[in-house]
Formats: sequence, structure tokens, C-alpha cells
Amino acid sequence: MTDVDYTSLIPNNVDLASDERLRRALEAWYPKYIDWWKNMGPVGSQNHETYLRTAVGVDSEGWAKFGYVKMPEYRWGILLAPQEEGRTIAFGQHKGEPVWQDVPGEYRSMLRKLIVIQGDTEPASVEQQRFLGQTAPSLYDMRNLFQVNVEEGRHLWAMVYLLQKYFGRDGREEAEELLKRTSGDADKPRILGAFNEATPDWLSFFMFTTFTDRDGKMQLESLATSGFDPLARTTRFMLTEEGHHMFVGRTGVERVIQRVCEVMNEHGITDPADKHAVRKYGVIDLATIQKKINFHYSVTLDLFGAEISTNAANSFNAGLKGRFRELRIDDDHQLESDTYPVAQVVDGAVQIVDIPALNAINARLCDDYILDCEKVMMRWNRVLKTHNLDYSLSLPHRGFNRAVGEFSDVHVTTGGKIVSETEWNARRHEWLASETDLDYILALMQPEASPGKYASWIAAPRAGINGKAGDFEYVKLCA
Amino acid sequence: MPIDSKSMGNTVGKLDFRTAPARYRHWSISIEGPVARLIMAVDAGSPFAEGYELKQNSYDIGVDIELYDAVQRLRFEHPEVRSVVMTSGIDSMFCAGANIRMLGSSSHAHKVNFCKFTNETRNSIEDASKHSGQIYLAAMNGTAAGGGYELALATEYLMLVDDGNAAVSLPEIPLLAVLPGTGGLTRLADKRKVRRDLADVFCTVEEGVKGQRAVDWRLIDEIVPRSKFDERVAEKALELAAESDRPEGRTGIQLARLERSESENEIRYPFVTVSLDREARSATLDIQGPVDAVPAGLDEVHNQGAGFWPLAVIRAMDDALLHLRFNEPTLGTLIIKTSGDGARIAAYDRLLEQNRSDWLVREILLYMQRTYKRLDLTSRTTFAFVEPGSCFVGILAELLFAVDRSYMLNGQLDALPAANIRLSEISFGALRMSNGLTRLESRFLGDSAGLEKAQTLIGQNLDALAALHAGLVTFAPDDIDWQEEIRLLLEERASFSPDALTGMEANLRFAGPETMETKIFGRLTAWQNWIFQRPNAAGESGALKLYGTGKRARYDRGRI
Repeated sequence: MTDVDYTSLIPNNVDLASDERLRRALEAWYPKYIDWWKNMGPVGSQNHETYLRTAVGVDSEGWAKFGYVKMPEYRWGILLAPQEEGRTIAFGQHKGEPVWQDVPGEYRSMLRKLIVIQGDTEPASVEQQRFLGQTAPSLYDMRNLFQVNVEEGRHLWAMVYLLQKYFGRDGREEAEELLKRTSGDADKPRILGAFNEATPDWLSFFMFTTFTDRDGKMQLESLATSGFDPLARTTRFMLTEEGHHMFVGRTGVERVIQRVCEVMNEHGITDPADKHAVRKYGVIDLATIQKKINFHYSVTLDLFGAEISTNAANSFNAGLKGRFRELRIDDDHQLESDTYPVAQVVDGAVQIVDIPALNAINARLCDDYILDCEKVMMRWNRVLKTHNLDYSLSLPHRGFNRAVGEFSDVHVTTGGKIVSETEWNARRHEWLASETDLDYILALMQPEASPGKYASWIAAPRAGINGKAGDFEYVKLCA
Repeated sequence: MPIDSKSMGNTVGKLDFRTAPARYRHWSISIEGPVARLIMAVDAGSPFAEGYELKQNSYDIGVDIELYDAVQRLRFEHPEVRSVVMTSGIDSMFCAGANIRMLGSSSHAHKVNFCKFTNETRNSIEDASKHSGQIYLAAMNGTAAGGGYELALATEYLMLVDDGNAAVSLPEIPLLAVLPGTGGLTRLADKRKVRRDLADVFCTVEEGVKGQRAVDWRLIDEIVPRSKFDERVAEKALELAAESDRPEGRTGIQLARLERSESENEIRYPFVTVSLDREARSATLDIQGPVDAVPAGLDEVHNQGAGFWPLAVIRAMDDALLHLRFNEPTLGTLIIKTSGDGARIAAYDRLLEQNRSDWLVREILLYMQRTYKRLDLTSRTTFAFVEPGSCFVGILAELLFAVDRSYMLNGQLDALPAANIRLSEISFGALRMSNGLTRLESRFLGDSAGLEKAQTLIGQNLDALAALHAGLVTFAPDDIDWQEEIRLLLEERASFSPDALTGMEANLRFAGPETMETKIFGRLTAWQNWIFQRPNAAGESGALKLYGTGKRARYDRGRI
């Protein structure tokens, strides 16, 4: 099963050759996908030769190979992590029963919804990022963008495979709908709010891949232990790829920070709030970086859904979606009588309230996410420290700028203080970038297309992709 | 027991159905030309009882009281409004239906009364479209689930945004193990005439149906792209408005806050007094005839507005019935009496009859029809006692045919002259029951001669024996037996099982043909109320109880 068949139109390790019905369905979907890629994928890049990795196996070692590819010719395939013999459902009311190889009738609807929502996010980010190739700060970064894009495309394939194989006509229709909805479209937008926001500049892209793709990781980790085995195996392999996306984001922001630190050191600037002092050297000031963190982090927290959620409770109890790294949690994995502490607004103040653990599944996933983000902040702050700057970046309070969940009805500062709407609006640019800030960032977005060269606002990476040297030509630009 | 901590599972005061737009928390009305927009944006943090949040435009009795008020006010206060767009003020959700946690934590009695009231309100929306020239349109700018879709079904034209996400659904069966209880099944089958096999599919897929398929299956009338939605809704609303027969350039009347004073055993309204006898478990509704002479003409009727006697009486009766249903569940017998000058009522009757084409008179008669239907649907034994000094004439004589039994005293009492009753044209067409018949048609279903005879009696004063002879009252005891008869009647009635009485009365009241309304209040409601009692829904491990906990219901698999 782990052998990948690269001889057919759709590379796969699911023995597509012997499943006539599915193969026909996917082959019918394939040209629509390619159309979508050409219309909604990266702009002006169709003929570029990009140095991309392509998954060729699902083993932890050597699963990918690198080479130049024109993106529309990328071999998007269907790859599932190997099946584990005798795996049983790890949580919920079916705990201990053998995992399902087919969709259980009673959970068809719930499962389909989970897959459609996950699937909808994959092409959405490609659409959001489609113009960035034109302003890449280096060929290295352009290549990383395209790598992220093609893999999000492959993740769409992964979800479409599940829909087509397991959900009959409904699944085929949903697969079509995934290509019909478009990020930010007035008529058919993507399902989740954050996936309809624009990604206009590269700092936004790095923030997105740091914070929003990290939500993707949390969601995939929760699905990786699903009792529906095909979903578990699919998401396990997707996680392998997702790691690189977050790497692109984290190191991207890190390089932006490094660059401003270098400029501050070089010119003896010590006040991080003095944005004009550093902006004249064409870098992005630390205060604005902090504001971008505030925005992307808070918008991403909304993606987790309401902290207290019936849907999450249902899908956990049904054994369809677990918690973050479910198998490593030391409890009964059923949670029928457990509670979980959730931050809520009670009488105008933030309080921790014990909630039935089943209902607090999303709250817990958020907490795990926040811990993961804090590790990122530590890495970024290390850069400041090595440049001897007395400043640190931080995550805003979880209630800051929220449109979903427990804090959606109140206005909370980054420090966690509940304030009036008037005060919040008056002070919003203390916490979120202003139009002027964003215009400044946009103005910096001038393409740098010479191998080994980097735009003024970002430092070179510490190492190349796949061990390549600094001046390696990651993308051969072709009109 | 009132709807209090015990019956709703939460701390709640008595329900008060009186409200006004300035007090709304969940709805707003905006009017532009002939089109009103009724916008639902439920304040999640203002549920009627504690223990649940009204997320996603879900509703409870508090939300529905406002809707009922809004529908009433649009009819009376806004003659210029010819079509009403019902829509949502929140993103991507039209309405999620009745709040499940509220249902899960409510007593059986509250659930039943809540469903009945919401059904009546939806029927009143249909009534406004059909008879009042205010044609409702559902502009579903997001998903309409369960009761949310049923709300849309009560309108005449259903538009759904086509964004690849918004759907209509009735997920009650797969999710909650109950029925869509606000007319959904009936309206699918009888109003929209959805094919039964497709309806079967629709009612069992939790996520519902969206896009073109929803149109193909007749679940909705039109899908509209998001960017065109507002424009198309506005266009359609004007189109519907053009079909209305409402008059131009008239001014509405104000439905001022209904005056009501309460004491332990009495509720007083202008023209209606409700006396509560807790020991005998009965309530007496005493309706007083007009104090003033009949208005000289229509202008005066409009000037009097909500103070116009027939309207004042109906408003009070409406409020009293709702109050008794929700707040006085143990008062099982409802006695109706009247007092006043019958001749004066006859004059009011003529005024109404002669001006049936006036928009306000039409509204008053429609409101009377709805309120009398509310009486028909009230799960209390209803008796009318016709005594000397009473005025069961015309619109009040109709009450004699709404009750389960009527008793007319044959003779004098306390030196008052013997009572008469008098029929008017009103009882022969203007006030129909849920079954589409007049109460006299229902009464004389097997006796067409009796019905014809009754028609010849219009305008005549009928004493007890004449009324008895014409089949217009049940019994006519004489003054010697009267008090003992009444005492025995009430004591006997109070001794029976309330459940059995409710079932018996509901079966006997609606003879004759089935309509959508009788199916909703008979078939649908009876099944629903049975399911509401069954462990599969309401037991400790039933779906309704467990909803929201993540735990899966365990069903008794036996078919009954």
C-alpha cells in the first residue's frame, strides 16, 4: 500500500487502478481542478520552472524528491499514511471498537461536514495568496510560496478523495462546490471568515503561515486520530507537509525581525516605537510587527469556533475528531464526567469556569494552540535578544479582537482588560496596524528576482532548501 | 403552577405577552414605502429563562412574543405596508429554530404551550398574507434550520441566498428525535406540495438541501446569488406589494399598551374581567358590553382606534387566554359570561357588518377570528353560562358555539329579566374555525335544516327555550335548578383527568373537513406531544435531553 503509483494520471497509493468508479470520478474532477489552478492559482507563474518537492512516498524517511516543475504540471496525488493493523478507536463512546474503514451511516452527515470545512480551507489560502508571487522578496521566498501553494492544492485533493470515495453523489457535489466557492467572492465565499481576508503582502503571508496554518496543524492533529481510518491516514500524511508551511512562516517573520534588528543596531536606534527612525532604511518596525501578530493571531483564534461547542462535543463523542495529540493525553478519552476550565466573561470580568469537558473540546484545542504559538514567540524574541534589544514580542490576550466565541460580545485590550466599545475603537490603532502602516508595508513589496538577492526588509535565510547554496536559482522565471 | 422555576427548569417570572417595538430585544421593523422589513437579530444574552443562550438566531417564547406583536402591529398600525420581508440581521444564519437547550430544559406543559403559540403566530402570518393584504416573503440570507425553515414556510415566497453554503433543513428527526413541530411537515406536504419521497429524504438529512436542488424539490421558490440578494428581494417585495388590496393614504391606529390590573384572584381589562377560582380550578371570563353608543360612522371607529369596543374586547380576550394558558395551567375550566346591553352590541355588529370592506374593520374581524380560534385551541374545558343581564348577541353570541357546552338560564334571576340571545350575520361567514367552516356550520354538520333555521333567526331575540329548541344552547335549566346544575357540572368536570378531557375536547371541537391548520393542531401536534413524552426524546438518555452535551442518545428500538 505504501508504494506510490506514479504511472497513472493521478499519482496515488490507494490502488486507484483497481477502483474503476473512483478513478473515473477523480479523472472527471481533474480537469476542473486544473482550470481552477490556472484561474485562481498563483498569478503569472504558470510557466515558471520552480524547484519543488513532490511527495513520492509516505515513509517518514525520503518521502519527497526535489526538482524543477511547472506548477500546472505538478503531480498532485492521493497519499495516505500506511494503515495500522488492528487500530481501534481511541476516544469517545466507541472507544476500543475497531476503526471504521467505511463511513458509519449515523455519522455520515457529521463526517462530511468536517471534511468539507477542512477541504474548503485548502484552496482558499491558494486563492488568498495568488498575487504574492509578483512581489516576492527573493526567488527563495517565491519558491517557498509556490511550495506551500501546491501542497495546499494537494491537501484539497486529499479531501476530495475522501468525498468522492466515501460519500457517493453528495460527495461528488461537494467536491465540485469546493472549486466553485472562492476566497472573498461576493456570491460564493469560502466557508470560514479568515479565509476570505486578503493576503496582500508578504508579512501577512508569513503571519498567515505561522498562525493560520498552525490552526490547520491543530485541526489535522485532531483528525489524525479519527475513528474513520481513511480520514486519519489522510491527515497524518498532510501533517508531514504542513510542517514546512509553518517553517516558512516562522522563519519568514524571524528574518523580517532580524532585518529590523540589524538596522537598529547599525544606526544606534533603540526605541522600538519610533517607527520613522527605522522606516527610512526600508525595514518594518517592531511595533508594526507586533500589531500584525495581534491581528493574525486573533483572527485565527476565531477559526477554532466557539470555545464551548456542541458540534465539537458531538464529533468527539462520535469518535470522529479527537483532541490535539489525543493518544498522548492521560485520561479516559471519553470525558463523560470530566470538566475543563474555560475563560469566560462573567459579569464584565474574565473568569475561569469549569465546563463539561466534552463541550470544551474547542477550548482545549485553543489552549494547545496558544502554547504552540508561545514557543514561536520565544524563537522570535531570541532574535531580539541576540541583537541586545530591550523589547519583546508577545501574543495578545485570547479575548482580543474576537468575533467568535466567549469574547465576541466584548471588547478586550491586548493586555486582557475589558473596555467599552468607544474606548476600543479610539485605541484600536495602538493594537492593530493602521492604513498608513499597511500602506507602508505594501510600498515595500518590490520584487527581487536575482538569485541570492533579498529585498531590503528581509534577511537571507540561514540555509537553503534541500541544502542548496545561497545563490541557487529556485525559480526560473518564464513568461 | 405558573411557568416558574419548576416548570421551565429555570427561574422565570410570569409570562407577559404585552410588548412594543421600543422594548424589543430580538426583532426590529423598518418600513420603506409599501414594504416592511422584519429583521430577526436575536440577542443571545437575553433568553426568556436562565440556563441557555439564544445563539444563531434561535428562539424561545420571549423571541416569539415579539414576533407576534410585530405581526399584529404591522396589520393595525401600518395600513400602508403591503408586503413584509422577513430576514435575518446576523451573518450567514437566517434562523436556527427553537432553542434546543430551552426545549430540553422545559416542562412538557411549556413545550406544548410554546409550540401552540408559535404555531398560532405562524398561522397569523399566513392569515396576514391571505386576508389582510400584507404579503410575507422570507429573505433567507443564511441557513434556515428547523423552526427557522418553518418560519419561512409560513411566508408566501421563499428566497434563499445561493452561496454554496446556506441551506434549508428540518434536522429534528436525525438530531433531536422529535418532529419539526411548527407546521413544517404539514406545510411541506400540503402547502408546498413537496413530493412525499423527497420530503422523506429532506426531513432525515441533518444538513438539509441547498441551491438549485432546493428549488427543484419545491422547498423554496428562488435562489439568488449573494451580490444580487438585496436587490432581488427588494424587487420581489415590491412585486408582492403590487398584489395587495390595502388602501392608499390611510393612517393606522396605535395599539397602545393594553391596560391590565391584577390581584390574587382577578385580572381586569377594560371590558373583560377574569376571576380565578383556584379551589374549583376554574376561571371565569366576564365580557362587558359597550358603555358608549355605537360610533356614528367609520371615521369615528378609526378615531377610537384600540379603544373601539370590539377591538378592546378582543385584545383583552387574546391576552387573557394567553395568560391563562401559560400562567394558570391548573385552572382547567374556563367559563364565559357576558354582561351588558344586547341592543347596543347589535348596533356595533351592524356597523362591522356594513363596513367589512374597510381595512380596519377587516383587521378587527380577522383578529376576532384568530382570537376565537385561539379559544377553540385552548386546552381547557370551556363553558358558556347565559344568565339574566347577559348580552350574548352577535359577535358575543359566537362564543356560545365556540365552547364545549352552553347553559342558558330559563327564567329570571335576582329580579333581572330573563336572558335572550341574538344571532347576527357575523356568525354566518366572517368568523371561521381552523377547519374552514363557521362554528354554526360545524355545529350543524349533520343537520342542514338546523343551520338554515338558525339563519332565519338572525336579529331575533331568543329566550332560553327558543335557543334550546333551535339547538343553539346545550341545556336550559330553570331558575330553581340553575345553581345546583352549575355546581354539579363544574365539580364533575373538575374530577376528570385533565389529559383525557383535553384529548376528548380537541377531538370533538373540530368536526368536518381537514385543513392545514387542523392537521397542524391535530395530527402534527398530537404526534409531537406524544413524542415529547417518550424516553427516546425526553428521557435522561433521550436525544432532546442530551443535545449539546456531545453524548449520543440511546433509543428504545421498539416500534410502537
